[in-house]
Amino acid sequence: MKLFLKIWRQKDGNTKGKMVDYTLDGVESDMSFLEMLDILNEELIAKGEVPIEFDHDCREGICGTCSLMINGRPHGPDSRITVCQLHMRSFNDGDTIVIEPWRAKAFPVIKDLVVDRSSFDRIQQAGGFISVNTSGRPVDANAIPIEKEMADKSFNAATCIGCGACVAACKNASAMLFTSAKVSQFALLPQGQVEAADRVMNMVRQMDLEGFGNCTNTGACEVECPKGISLENIARMNREYLSASIKG
Amino acid sequence: MSGLIKSSLARKVVMALSGLFLVIFLVLHVTINLASVISPEFFNEASHFMGYNPIVQFLMQPILIAGVIVHFVMGFVLEFQNRAARNVRYAKFNGGANAPWVSRNMIYSGLVVLAFLGLHFYDFWIHEMAYKYVEANPEDPTRYYAETVEKFAPMWRTVLYVVSFVLLSLHLWHGFASSFQTMGVNNKYTPAIKSFTKLFSVVVPLAFAFIAIYHHLNPITH
Repeated sequence: MKLFLKIWRQKDGNTKGKMVDYTLDGVESDMSFLEMLDILNEELIAKGEVPIEFDHDCREGICGTCSLMINGRPHGPDSRITVCQLHMRSFNDGDTIVIEPWRAKAFPVIKDLVVDRSSFDRIQQAGGFISVNTSGRPVDANAIPIEKEMADKSFNAATCIGCGACVAACKNASAMLFTSAKVSQFALLPQGQVEAADRVMNMVRQMDLEGFGNCTNTGACEVECPKGISLENIARMNREYLSASIKG
Repeated sequence: MSGLIKSSLARKVVMALSGLFLVIFLVLHVTINLASVISPEFFNEASHFMGYNPIVQFLMQPILIAGVIVHFVMGFVLEFQNRAARNVRYAKFNGGANAPWVSRNMIYSGLVVLAFLGLHFYDFWIHEMAYKYVEANPEDPTRYYAETVEKFAPMWRTVLYVVSFVLLSLHLWHGFASSFQTMGVNNKYTPAIKSFTKLFSVVVPLAFAFIAIYHHLNPITH
């Protein structure tokens, strides 16, 4: 198939970027979206042009690095997938595809389609952990009984891969779904209770400092999350935060 | 508590609580307004009570006005922050693919309702304040029904009111249930809250619109 691509090109974080048109022929429907970009890059390199920079790593839907806004939706038109899992069969011959980086003040563009998501790391570092002493004789994890329902909910929250699609999809560039998943995965477990109040206060404070927007409860994040993280986590974080604030 | 005042979550809580407070006020308002259709005598009595009872006038009314101001000022603050959070816009953004229109355009439905409140204050509140405190007219418990019906004589005012009620409906459609999510309520009752929100956001504005149209079509003939 023949595709008309409109791709964001930006030399670096200090240079103004622009949309550039490319035409790519010979794309096959069983190629992944990233393979399609690989082929375009090979053509650009053969012509002596600078290839398009884009993030990718595992190419199996786990790492969350392939952050592309495709035709106005994070990770493209299909649901519950990352870009590496998107295949060209989701497009038609002659389609125009608009490809942009995540747009958020807290995710500055490094080059072309690559953004700096270290703001997520800083939120995680602010409280997304439990403090335990480790030794050569760790206590058996099964020694602490955990309700099955709680363990499942915690695990579901922990499946967040920190890709940033929630921020990209949100009209306010809010990071509430990411932060709430990281708060919830500990809040639901007994091991997370000791530092629960400090955790939620510090992670929300860091989220605000990074310049993310506010949550309007549109639910766009939940729809676009490749791991199906639920809005229930945001409500849980709100409860945790209110409770921690009132208790001081 | 200081963290609560500064944080994005706290601003959302202020938005949710002031919104829920205004929802309760709407129930009171529409109930009294419906009396103007069913029983003009009762409407006059209720309006006179609301207009001259010191607790209503000097405690509840200022709280209500404060609630309105807090809600729209915080709405603007959040909107400005949200716009700043995406300093470079997308060339193509398909917001309709993952979120309903009403939830993405609360600022616009809210602005229409705010503009309507300006007209509504001009029509009734300023008139009432002038009548009581500037002109210092004597109490007249029988004037309210006629004054209300007379307001809806012009077609333009009736149309403006009805259009505003449609936008109020859209605002409530998202806002009412959303306030519960902001307050941390997302559990087995959430489907019921969402269903009640839809019912409420249709029935209450529809009742307001019905009252305006009813009085427009049934003027008092002297």
